[in-house]
Amino acid sequence: MTRSLRPLLATTLIFLFAYLLAVTQHPAMFSTRVLGNFLTDNAFLGIAAVGMTFVILSGGIDLSVGAVIGFTTVLIAVLIMWLSLHPLVAFAIALTVAACFGAVMGAAIHYLKVPSFIVTLAGMFLARGGASVLSPDSIGIQHAFYSGVSKSYILMPGGGRLTVVGIIMLAVFAVAILLAHRTRFGSNVYALGGSETSAALMGVPVARTTIAIYALSSFLAGLAGVVFSLYTSAGYSLNALGVELDAIAAVVIGGTLLTGGYGFVAGTFIGVMLQGLVQTYIVFDGTLSSWWTKIVVGVLLFMFIVLQRLVFRAGPRRT
Amino acid sequence: MTRQTVDLRPSTEPPLPRPRPLASLVTRPQVIALAAVLFVNWLLFPGFFTVTWQDGRLFGSLIDVLNRGAPVAILAIGMTMVIATKGVDLSVGAVMAISGAVAAVMVTSGYPAWLAVLAALGAGLVCGLWNGILVTLLEIQPIIATLVLMVAGRGLAQLITEGYIVTFSDPVLIFIGTGSFLGFPMPVVIAFTLMLLATLIVRRTALGLLIEAVGINRSAARFAGLSSGALLLIVYTFAGFCAAVSGLIVAGDIRGADANNAGLWLELDAILAVVIGGTSLMGGRFSIPMAVLGAMIIQAMNTGILISGFSPEFNLVVKSAVIIVILVLQSPLSARLFRRLPGKSQ
Amino acid sequence: MTDAAARPVLEARGIVKVFGQHRALDNVDFAANAGEVHALLGENGAGKSTLIKILTGAYHPDAGELLLDGQPIHLRDPLHGQGYGIGTVYQEVNLLPNRSVSENLFLGRQPTRFGLVDRRRIDAQARDLLSRYGLDIDVRAELSEYSVAVQQIVAIARAVELSGKVLVLDEPTASLDRNEVQRLFEVVRGLKAKGLAIIFITHFLDQVFDLADRVTILRNGRKVATQRLDTLNTTDVVRMMLGKDVAFEHHPTALTGSTRGQVRVAFKGLNRKGLAPFDLAVHEGEVVGVAGLLGSGRTEVARLMFGVDGAEGGEILVDGRPVTIRNPAQAVAAGFGFCPEDRKLDGIFGDLSVRENIIIALQAKLGWFRALNREDQVELAGRYAEALDIRAANHDMPVKLLSGGNQQKVILARWLAIDPTFLILDEPTRGIDVGAHAEIVRTINRLREEGLALFVISSELDEVVAYSNRIVVMRDREMVAELAGPDIASDAIVQAIAGTPQEVRP
Repeated sequence: MTRSLRPLLATTLIFLFAYLLAVTQHPAMFSTRVLGNFLTDNAFLGIAAVGMTFVILSGGIDLSVGAVIGFTTVLIAVLIMWLSLHPLVAFAIALTVAACFGAVMGAAIHYLKVPSFIVTLAGMFLARGGASVLSPDSIGIQHAFYSGVSKSYILMPGGGRLTVVGIIMLAVFAVAILLAHRTRFGSNVYALGGSETSAALMGVPVARTTIAIYALSSFLAGLAGVVFSLYTSAGYSLNALGVELDAIAAVVIGGTLLTGGYGFVAGTFIGVMLQGLVQTYIVFDGTLSSWWTKIVVGVLLFMFIVLQRLVFRAGPRRT
Repeated sequence: MTRQTVDLRPSTEPPLPRPRPLASLVTRPQVIALAAVLFVNWLLFPGFFTVTWQDGRLFGSLIDVLNRGAPVAILAIGMTMVIATKGVDLSVGAVMAISGAVAAVMVTSGYPAWLAVLAALGAGLVCGLWNGILVTLLEIQPIIATLVLMVAGRGLAQLITEGYIVTFSDPVLIFIGTGSFLGFPMPVVIAFTLMLLATLIVRRTALGLLIEAVGINRSAARFAGLSSGALLLIVYTFAGFCAAVSGLIVAGDIRGADANNAGLWLELDAILAVVIGGTSLMGGRFSIPMAVLGAMIIQAMNTGILISGFSPEFNLVVKSAVIIVILVLQSPLSARLFRRLPGKSQ
Repeated sequence: MTDAAARPVLEARGIVKVFGQHRALDNVDFAANAGEVHALLGENGAGKSTLIKILTGAYHPDAGELLLDGQPIHLRDPLHGQGYGIGTVYQEVNLLPNRSVSENLFLGRQPTRFGLVDRRRIDAQARDLLSRYGLDIDVRAELSEYSVAVQQIVAIARAVELSGKVLVLDEPTASLDRNEVQRLFEVVRGLKAKGLAIIFITHFLDQVFDLADRVTILRNGRKVATQRLDTLNTTDVVRMMLGKDVAFEHHPTALTGSTRGQVRVAFKGLNRKGLAPFDLAVHEGEVVGVAGLLGSGRTEVARLMFGVDGAEGGEILVDGRPVTIRNPAQAVAAGFGFCPEDRKLDGIFGDLSVRENIIIALQAKLGWFRALNREDQVELAGRYAEALDIRAANHDMPVKLLSGGNQQKVILARWLAIDPTFLILDEPTRGIDVGAHAEIVRTINRLREEGLALFVISSELDEVVAYSNRIVVMRDREMVAELAGPDIASDAIVQAIAGTPQEVRP
């Protein structure tokens, strides 16, 4: 079996086991209603985590994700409420701004030859700061489009609601899976994560790919911001604080190697769901407190980091 | 035919005179930057340099900068050495929260303050040791290894405080955060003492040199008979200790432990302070006083933005601009642009 | 001339490449013909890899020109070179270990359908392609799951597929076993028959004779010769590689061995996987030289002695007492010093000052808390810098600004500062200009006279002969001969290295 499949398999098994355990204690968790909420509540995290997956696959990291989500919600609110633009126009503008922002970070990482974490750290400060310069206070959004969206959903058998934001996340995952595994761009991302020198020698356009990866990540963070905006009907500069950490955790728990080169977008989905499961379980349990989520996620993160070291150290590497 | 005799006489060049310490200190870019920021602050607020004596302690904007900059300065002391080994510690903010939580919960449960302080510092040491073990024994990249505690640490802190903001009225803890000594606020005194002690220990023993050697070339360090594992362990443990001290100060300042917000994003400020202080993220040469100076530059900017009436978040924008400037200055691109003729080595 | 009919595909004329003050290539000509395997030989630092990098476009020559099919070309980078038909396969396979075999073959030119990569077609084409190289493997599996030999063949397949005029094989056999080498050679012979020009770099002489038609030998950045291999034997080749054209001055004291004293360090049955057990005793005031080609196991012996690689068996005695050496720190504690082959990677601390570089090993030995104060440091650095004539504007400047020769002397000074019992020098004169070269040889002689026990590895025969009391010859990861006293002569060494029976010298 391919080595990179092992962590993914482990995640899947852990998820199934955890879900089974949760359902035996709280049978109500086995319903499409819960599933629907599950997808809706984790939509923005899932979308952001997809972008993070590409970044980490290429051997980088993007700390600006949460800040870009926050910035996008504020920008959208400003465009809709102050400039009276139609939400769809506002979304288009916000997504373009986000993608350009990511492209600039990618260019800085490539051309200035600095570690991605420091560039995206600057990006994080800039986006959070920019958002609060736009508006330090929360802006509520009232628009027919928003109320329309929040009312539309697909009813699943069993009474569960598949909301628009849930659908957006599923669509993003579907497209991202194709992008990662079935396009030249996807191959190039993996190639960069495998070995940048080899990739360059083999004709991978390193500059273009790096820029595209960070543009994609920020674009998806922007889309997560759109979803967040639809979900909360508000724009606030401190929205989605620390989401980059949740996204990184989801990617790693989903079996992607933090040093790049190995992993699957589908694994990230399971990683997000596993985090969601922990949260839902805690809500259902009632006696446990929310901080257990962070601890459990931290423990999972640690387990997977160690697991990856073991799996990938044993490999037939020769130097 | 391939061998020829060459002139083997020793070099006749006289050794370069060593630069005077004071002169070199004043011309450091960090000192100039701090002076510039302070000057701008003075322009914005003419009373900026006014320091008054009141109730046995100093007051004034300048003292305020020192006081508010102290937590990051203390983090930066530990972070400097971690970065000098070519590592980074992302967990210090979370460790601050843990330390504050431990101290607060212990005094509210009736333990004496000295025990609470020791326990908080102990918790910091354990956290640092954990990071060190991941980095040295499991050989996990520092940024990844410390990410674990960055994620889980706040959860642990909340576990300790059971999700509440635990407030306390213990005079010792409050004194650590808000008291004064010889007219100076305690945080400043602690930061200054820690800086002095750390610098002395590192420079009076061989630790400093060995840490730099490990950061510059780990393989050569091994060949020279250095055991880098023990060094790394110490460095990460010390970073945890510094974070704990910083956490105590922040908790004492607000008279409570806020597991959610204590030290939030301060790890990034600490990294920035170290980078401003001239220690390269690629490891090697480091200076603890310069990193503390870096922390003060950051705080002076914060204060300047506050007194000029901008929203406090605006300094995030300024900070990012500072990072960008530093990155561009340090990049190979600008090195190529600004390259001067190097002094001939022989 | 038998080559009259041959057509040069890739030609380099008068190539010069200078790094700093070091002339890595000095007016080198080279031509690879269609349908031939042209071996490129030379020790480390001879300029092989620099020449290859120029031929493939990784470096730009400072003078001289490249011609492809008679037309001058200017290569921007290896990718550009590939476009011209020059493909390269490196020793450390420059493919992607984390991706499937078929993706490695087709990265950058995957056939797509509706914008999506057509994986089934890629896999089919990959299987088809590899079958032409006699390889029937699961092309969907990760590359890293296969042996290096298979990875090499995949790399060759990719290079030929993309380029198809010139194939550069840069030490492809370094980590292959005998059967794998044969398999690789069959592939190469097949390509040669198809008319490719193949440039083959290796340090295994038998492989050169097995596979190549012509050989070009480089030494110290100059071309020694280009000849047809059927006119040469192993001894000729070794002689040209190691150089005997310099009149060496054999050190008189070395001949008698009279100055050598007690046994200082003794290694008994020391071994490790891939290195035959060896016994060796080094005496006070003795230099044991090591001769052998690259890859003969000479560096491995040094690493084993110093604890860089852990020994799997055997023991080490210092002054008759057994010592445990499992890591370099223990070796330093036992009084060993080691100047490694790769100065930049394993030796110097570029950003530390000359002074700090000199005292670092002593400081590591003293421990963290017994710090040498500044006066001690200045005194120590000054003393050894003077003794070794280290030329630096001052001792507070970063060592990276020094020339290679001075850097080497700094590392030597570092070990002299711990007052060593035993010093291991791996290629101490590599990449050093001629003047510094002679100085280091002189220093080694002086250290021996002062009673130090030394173990010196060098690919320069005249040099080894000039300072050794005894010479150990290594071949195929084994010590195969030991020459002492009057037997120490270049001819005898060359023959021992080449593995030909010792001739009776007149």
